[in-house]
Amino acid sequence: MEKASKNSPFAEILAAWPEARLREVMARAGLEDVRRALGREQLFPEDLAALLSPEAVPRLEEMAHLAQRHTRRHFGRTIGLYVPIYLSNICNADCLYCGYALGAGRPGARRTLTQEEIRAECDILARHGFQSVLLLTGDAPKAAPVKYLAEAVALAREYFPSVSVEVYALKEEDYRKLVALGLEGVTLYMETYHRETYAQVHPRGRKRDFAYRLGASERAGQAGVRRLSLGALLGLYDWRLEGFWTALHARYLQKECWQSAISVSFPRLLSVPPRFTIRYPLTDKELVQLMLALRIFLPEVGFNLSTRERAGLRDRLIPLGVTMMSAGSSTRPGGYSNCDEETLEQFEIEDRRTPAEVVEAIRRAGYDPVWKDFDRAFFEAPT
Amino acid sequence: MVPMKTLMNKDPLVIAGRSFRSRLMVGTGKFPSAEALSKALQSSKAEIVTVALRRVDLSKPQGDSILSVLDPAKYLILPNTSGARTAEEAVRLARLARAMGLPPWVKLELTPEPRYLLPDPVETLKAAEMLIKEGFVVLPYIQADPILAKRLEELGTATVMPLGAPIGSNRGLRTRDMIRIIIEQAKVPVVVDAGLGAPSHAAEAMEMGADAVLVNTALADAADHGMMAGAFALAVEAGRMAYLAGLGPERETAAASSPLTGFLE
Repeated sequence: MEKASKNSPFAEILAAWPEARLREVMARAGLEDVRRALGREQLFPEDLAALLSPEAVPRLEEMAHLAQRHTRRHFGRTIGLYVPIYLSNICNADCLYCGYALGAGRPGARRTLTQEEIRAECDILARHGFQSVLLLTGDAPKAAPVKYLAEAVALAREYFPSVSVEVYALKEEDYRKLVALGLEGVTLYMETYHRETYAQVHPRGRKRDFAYRLGASERAGQAGVRRLSLGALLGLYDWRLEGFWTALHARYLQKECWQSAISVSFPRLLSVPPRFTIRYPLTDKELVQLMLALRIFLPEVGFNLSTRERAGLRDRLIPLGVTMMSAGSSTRPGGYSNCDEETLEQFEIEDRRTPAEVVEAIRRAGYDPVWKDFDRAFFEAPT
Repeated sequence: MVPMKTLMNKDPLVIAGRSFRSRLMVGTGKFPSAEALSKALQSSKAEIVTVALRRVDLSKPQGDSILSVLDPAKYLILPNTSGARTAEEAVRLARLARAMGLPPWVKLELTPEPRYLLPDPVETLKAAEMLIKEGFVVLPYIQADPILAKRLEELGTATVMPLGAPIGSNRGLRTRDMIRIIIEQAKVPVVVDAGLGAPSHAAEAMEMGADAVLVNTALADAADHGMMAGAFALAVEAGRMAYLAGLGPERETAAASSPLTGFLE
């Protein structure tokens, strides 16, 4: 990845909405623009900007009702459940905000799970009832090469119908290899859509290549990945802008990879290494505005909510547009089957409830927890 | 007036040689709980209930919020292939359901794009052919396309199931004109599927001569699931009665006072 990568056509769409233009549209947005945005059947980017602007704050309750209606219509009153499995915490990138980064100076063992250890993790999670898992590694193509990822996907598929990965950006042919083994989804956060911030927080390594990362989700879609999850790491830059760009990315992917289901996550930076300061923190209220605005702009897009957020807030967010939740998560390799070993964790979990407790909370909120929403038969003949 | 019960007994819905008294089919997705689904099913009086194979684990029906409330003695459980993008995927799902002991009926749903869940006519036709050869009773979900409906009928599908509007949209019979042609031309039962958001939409489809309707979102999204299912059941019966009774034609203008053919008198 020595030279800069070829631009995705999305780069042009992003370039058409630079920060200055977007700030101007948001500053100009008045109550009337917010009202119009809420009444439209199909929203324009300008409408989204209005809903993300401070002018929309007084209309938050109305936005919440609309967002709930959209979500229920498309997803029903159900919440899908998934759980992450951290395969490796070895990482060659040096993202300033991340607990796995070399420069973070955090104690804790670094390792990559063996096949047997992955099995042990799968076994425990399958017994909790999970049927959907997300396999994660650091940005370490040497410690966790594509061949290793392929073995891990194939192995996890023995336990779970739905297997997704959240790993470093891959080439299309590599995504294709994983799809052939039964990979359903790819989660890949752009971290930030703001080029300058991206360059600042990724000071070295292959991850510096903004264009290569920006094109990863569509490479995955073109390789046949059915579920593409996007997100900006909230706190790196102004959430109103990041939310807007994320939504444009989602809409672009809906057209470009029309056979893939797109979903958006809202990972909010809360626990960071001491060397990093969160310069653009967002409040709960701002997080809610962001989710509602994106739901109204993208009624058919899934929303994932991880255990980064605390239990009480997660429960309140369920009826506001969430469609998938993780539960009982650990962010350290071997965290489920080998709890005693103090491997390095990526970030601190806020919602520490067991899967059963989260399921109960979902039911209390008036939603049906859905463990399974994908079938092995999509890939292979029944035995 | 003909008592409702008598009407239903004398006017069964026949699909692939099997008779049903109810003309309302129910989908099971999107409900907030097993109890909600159960209430809706009871009030709907439905006899055919469809279940997404991707959503259920047929090897573990206990504890599942859908399978746990479906008594196979009471309902024909109609497995559907929603989520399948190709004919091969749909066929694999159908075989799996049959291998797990469900009757060899399948609601063929080939929806390659997850946004509007519109059916793929090419893959649907291919899958229908493969499944019919394997002995399945095939009920295909289709766009309201009269030619496709005839092509499927000729292959031997048990019904055709044209959409009224995109799944979950609650928009009603947006495809009314094409559905009218499908009904006029069909030799197999026509089941209007998807988009019916209110009992009046269901009644409208039945008045036009649809043989049955399938509803899911409108029931799952109601505040009172049982009551809404009951309302749909009544609407379907009312629409059917009106159709059998012979609705008068709609007139756009009053009868002309100077008839064009008056000179013939």
